[in-house]
Amino acid sequence: MGQKTKISAEDGRQELVITREFDLPLELLFKAHAEPDIVAQWMGTNVLKLDSKKHGSWQYETTDAAGNVVFRANGVIHEFVPNHKITRTFEMESTPGSTIQFAVQLEFLEFEKLTDHTSKLRMQIVYKSVALRDQMLRLPFAQGLNMAHNRLQDVVSKLN
Amino acid sequence: MNLRRDVFQAIADPTRRAILLLLASQAMTAGAIAANFDTARPTVSKHLQILTKCELLEQEQNGREIYYHISARKMKEVADFIEPFRNMWDDRFNKLETLMKNYQSEK
Repeated sequence: MGQKTKISAEDGRQELVITREFDLPLELLFKAHAEPDIVAQWMGTNVLKLDSKKHGSWQYETTDAAGNVVFRANGVIHEFVPNHKITRTFEMESTPGSTIQFAVQLEFLEFEKLTDHTSKLRMQIVYKSVALRDQMLRLPFAQGLNMAHNRLQDVVSKLN
Repeated sequence: MNLRRDVFQAIADPTRRAILLLLASQAMTAGAIAANFDTARPTVSKHLQILTKCELLEQEQNGREIYYHISARKMKEVADFIEPFRNMWDDRFNKLETLMKNYQSEK
């Protein structure tokens, strides 16, 4: 089975679109984006706050095994229409010593029912500039080596 | 890493993308490439220089002429740039799907 997530990032544009079809009823797909404890599990982060409603806000934080914060992000929710759409902002907070400066990005999540048992998510992300979008696209590439290293550390620490 | 960043900057320019598109089907000389653009010849040369420097283009001597052609290997590498980002989301969504399938059956 091939990978189901598709990314569309046209050259020279400051946005990208992520689409994915799920073997899940629409209600469950939406629930996975609305409930803090569920988000925490599949995003692999601590959800400090997620107030799923219009004018609500959210904050995520990820720590490594030693308790150091490696990722922190926050934003506000502009639209929250159950089983239909979520419009929110996303801002990654710079970690100390990091040279990368992040800017707020705008995210449009659209949920769509395909059949009784399948659904689709379309996530449009708009960045401040083309350069910033490209930087965000490249980030996982740059982090790849770091993550491989961290995973190895995890495995090793569990052996002890 | 620096070379990779240069590659990304190289393809961010519309003229350079047009040059790559032009060369997608055939190898061409600098003169033939320049004839396709309104920009001054030295400007096109500069673009060719940048594309060659970051290895997206390769030069080939054919008699007295130098032909430019696309490096298929390098172009693929650029296309793969986005892969880790896509993989990150694919992993997350796979997890979401598994999680919610269990959630469903527990009910």
